[in-house]
Amino acid sequence: MTTPTMTNEPWRWTIAETAEKLRAKEISAVELTQAHLDRIRAVDGAVHAFLRVTADEALAEAKAADERLARGQDLTPLTGIPLALKDVLVTEGITTTAGSRFLEHFVPPYSATVVKRLRAAGAISLGKLNMDEFAMGSSTENSAYGPTHNPWDLDRVPGGSSGGSAAAVAAGEAMGTLGSDTGGSIRQPAALTNTVGLKTTYGRVSRYGLIAFASSLDQIGPFTRTARDCALLLQHIAGYDPNDSTSADVSVPDYAAQLTGDIKGLKIGIPKEYFVEGTEPGVVKVVEEAIATLKTLGAEFIDISLPHTKYGLPAYYIIAPAEASANLARYDGVKYGLSLRAEAADLEDAYMRTRQAGFGPEVRRRIMLGTYALSSGYYDAYYKRAEQVRTLIRRDFDAAFAQCDVIISPTSPTVAFKLGARVDDPYAMYLSDLFTIPANLAGICGVSFQGGFSEGLPVGVQLLGKPFDEGTILRAADAFQRVTDYHTRWPNLAAAAKPKGATKAKKAGGKK
Amino acid sequence: MTATTKAPAETDYEIVIGLEVHTQLLTQSKMFCPCDAHYADDAPNSHVCMVCMGMPGVLPVINQRAVEYTIMTGLALHCEIPELSKFDRKNYFYPDLPKGYQISQYDLPFCRNGWLEIPVDGSVKRIGITRAHLEEDTGRLLHRTDPATGEAYSLVDLNRAGIPLLEIVSEPDMRSPEEARLYMQKLRSILVYLGVSSGRMEEGSLRCDANISVRPRGQKEFGTKTEIKNMNSFRSVQRALEYEAERQIQVLREGGRIVQETRGWVEAKGVTVSQRTKEEANDYRYFPEPDLPPVVLSRAWIDEIRAKMPELPDAKRARFMSEYGLSEYDATVLTDERAVADYFEATVRDVTKGDLASRAKSAANWITGDLARLLNAAGSDITQCKITPAGLAGLINALDSGTISGKQAKDILERAFASGDQPTEIIQREGIAQVSDAGTLEAVANQVIAANPKAVEDYRKGKAAAVQFLIGQVMRQTKGSAKPDVIQPILVRLLDALKE
Ligand SMILES: [Zn+2]
Repeated sequence: MTTPTMTNEPWRWTIAETAEKLRAKEISAVELTQAHLDRIRAVDGAVHAFLRVTADEALAEAKAADERLARGQDLTPLTGIPLALKDVLVTEGITTTAGSRFLEHFVPPYSATVVKRLRAAGAISLGKLNMDEFAMGSSTENSAYGPTHNPWDLDRVPGGSSGGSAAAVAAGEAMGTLGSDTGGSIRQPAALTNTVGLKTTYGRVSRYGLIAFASSLDQIGPFTRTARDCALLLQHIAGYDPNDSTSADVSVPDYAAQLTGDIKGLKIGIPKEYFVEGTEPGVVKVVEEAIATLKTLGAEFIDISLPHTKYGLPAYYIIAPAEASANLARYDGVKYGLSLRAEAADLEDAYMRTRQAGFGPEVRRRIMLGTYALSSGYYDAYYKRAEQVRTLIRRDFDAAFAQCDVIISPTSPTVAFKLGARVDDPYAMYLSDLFTIPANLAGICGVSFQGGFSEGLPVGVQLLGKPFDEGTILRAADAFQRVTDYHTRWPNLAAAAKPKGATKAKKAGGKK
Repeated sequence: MTATTKAPAETDYEIVIGLEVHTQLLTQSKMFCPCDAHYADDAPNSHVCMVCMGMPGVLPVINQRAVEYTIMTGLALHCEIPELSKFDRKNYFYPDLPKGYQISQYDLPFCRNGWLEIPVDGSVKRIGITRAHLEEDTGRLLHRTDPATGEAYSLVDLNRAGIPLLEIVSEPDMRSPEEARLYMQKLRSILVYLGVSSGRMEEGSLRCDANISVRPRGQKEFGTKTEIKNMNSFRSVQRALEYEAERQIQVLREGGRIVQETRGWVEAKGVTVSQRTKEEANDYRYFPEPDLPPVVLSRAWIDEIRAKMPELPDAKRARFMSEYGLSEYDATVLTDERAVADYFEATVRDVTKGDLASRAKSAANWITGDLARLLNAAGSDITQCKITPAGLAGLINALDSGTISGKQAKDILERAFASGDQPTEIIQREGIAQVSDAGTLEAVANQVIAANPKAVEDYRKGKAAAVQFLIGQVMRQTKGSAKPDVIQPILVRLLDALKE
């Protein structure tokens, strides 16, 4: 199962193989972590996946992991594995910005449940990753701290809102990362960066400590380079949390054990509504080839219909902003974060100045959209109707899953677009999430994996699964990866990478 | 049916009142976080956590006990408890509201369509309860002025933020400020009986807002209403509404129109003043709270809660009348507060002489009479009373057996009340016992006769008052421990013997 790798470049390894090497003492967690810190120093100037690299903390955690490995006790496949976190997950004592100017200096007093779980498993956090402000966007250009660049073409976006999480894994800056998916914010960037991105079933992973965008849609999930690595990460973040009343008390299966490679007889639905005009021919071609590959593995395909798909996007752009308008009301300049109250004439003026200065244009746009949709006299026409659509979409999936086990589609209608191309056209930007949004509205799970390339850029294939059936979509993605090599391909960042000497010098200076 | 009020202008206008009552619930922890809910006078922001401070990323968890208290209250108010309920977000900006929204309930409250009864003109009147719903309290703002610059500023204390708050909304069924006060008192009594509220209006743990309008008698439609706030006692509820009713009637009489607005009661001036008109009213943009799944209330749980409920004031009053033979007045006074009722029943259990009715009567007399007077004067209530029910029963028993006189009993009660010693302890320690021994009394009477020849002479001349004087002297000598009706025959016998 090991692929030929250069031992001096451990950042190319998968989590699964690295876990074995750590146990075999072929490498220490400190060495592994240092290799990633070096890689970050080399390429992140060009990629800008990280908002904050916590090198000292990471090396301290790595040292603790090495001690744990030496004892040989409490080992998990994540012990000593360098990961990184989307900056929407709060980390105690480490600045967490959610990509917003408002939280530029916000140091949380607690850590998210997933952060604690990863730490308990012995994983190492390299730092915090760039994102669209408050997870609102599909390109990571809405970050208050500058965009992230797609490692496959630095002039293009990595997708969003978890663009930093996707780019970091694609560029070898972390072995796995966590992102959040509200309307496609994990799957779409995974598709655009040749990574695996899993949107978990609503309730599968605790949201406690995830800075909320749209509470009924948000879910945390992993980015990795293989389906197996994805299963390993999922294993340690899934499960009921008494601090999150919407987390589900559903037992967590052994996900890796489900990756048998066998998908004979697996029924895969092809929804006609997801194969329509507007999707790039290169994307369609890759998905069709993926279908052919899966067929050779014994999967059975049937045509299905999800008739209310077209209403998904408008319903999403009412429900998500509505919830966001309330979720973001706490950023008022009274308790923490940015406050311009000192220069304000009165209370209302303080609110207006603070929120005007703290939020970027897309966030302000969505707050206004949501406030409008909930306003007296408009609630029934917008919010209530959107909720009705949501019920219809959920029923679409219920009916579909009565016929098939999983559903296949393109993840994104296009490959990665150029930076700046859609900034002034919010609607075009919103269309990026056409195929990903319905899963959030229905609360089901979905994975995007590497289907191939179009014009040299990655194309993602999406598999949607039944609620709490992450094991099956990961099994299909893993089976696909066993017979393909798209997931093993790397972007060429040699030109972007800083010369090694410079890196070394920086490292010497940066280390204690 | 309609009650009369004291407002003189009431003859041609009818007053219509509905009340919105908020009570904090007596849970251990806050509504959606584990913070200790008993903040009382603790330092500002000492009862706070990530959740009730509205930190990024936090989520609420429902306090089950608060839901239980809400349902218990709903059952006591004869409400329907739907099987499905949910929480909603009420959105508005204010510094005492950390999240920028309050978690409340909008269209699916825990309780709806109930009622309670108040006494009106010797009969009972039923006041409808529209709904009762659960929400979280806000923090508090402390307004300050910088002594150096004179600049005004505000501080935020979030100790109160997130305390469970139950809002009970009545139908506009009250027709006088007095009925409003009676409703408030009855509601408070029920809440305190249930143990869900401290019932303390002055501390703000129980709050009341009123909607009031007037209309010409016979008119079907309601008049334009105003909302009255800041009423911090039962008395101010009645006073504020009396003022506001008269104000509205005056406006209409002068051909004016009532403006729909919120008005605040200014206790010191005895007036209501405009705070906010309808045009400035908030649009709260309610929508379902996505962080909390809908709440399913199983019928089994409701039955469990029902079984746990204590006897309520009306039922207790009826039982006191039938079981103890108390008058309606005594039964009402004794059942107004659960603590008083419990004290009464405990006292009756320890009184030994007589049938149940007479034991109850004497316990009732002491509790509603002398003890109530002492408590009133001390500004305390029965829960703080140092005399135990057993102690009071001991006093009654000593009186009933003739060990002490009525005068002594009152004296001992007062001393026990002040010192904290039980009455029986005082009686035993000081050897206080009524002198009823005839031999001792005869000796004292002989001394008195010898010492007061003038009075003896007067008696001989037929002056009856002389006997009273001599009885008084004997009582003085025995320090009041002898009863006059025992002294008199002894004195008369001795005096008559002298005549011969
Ligand atoms: Zn708290």
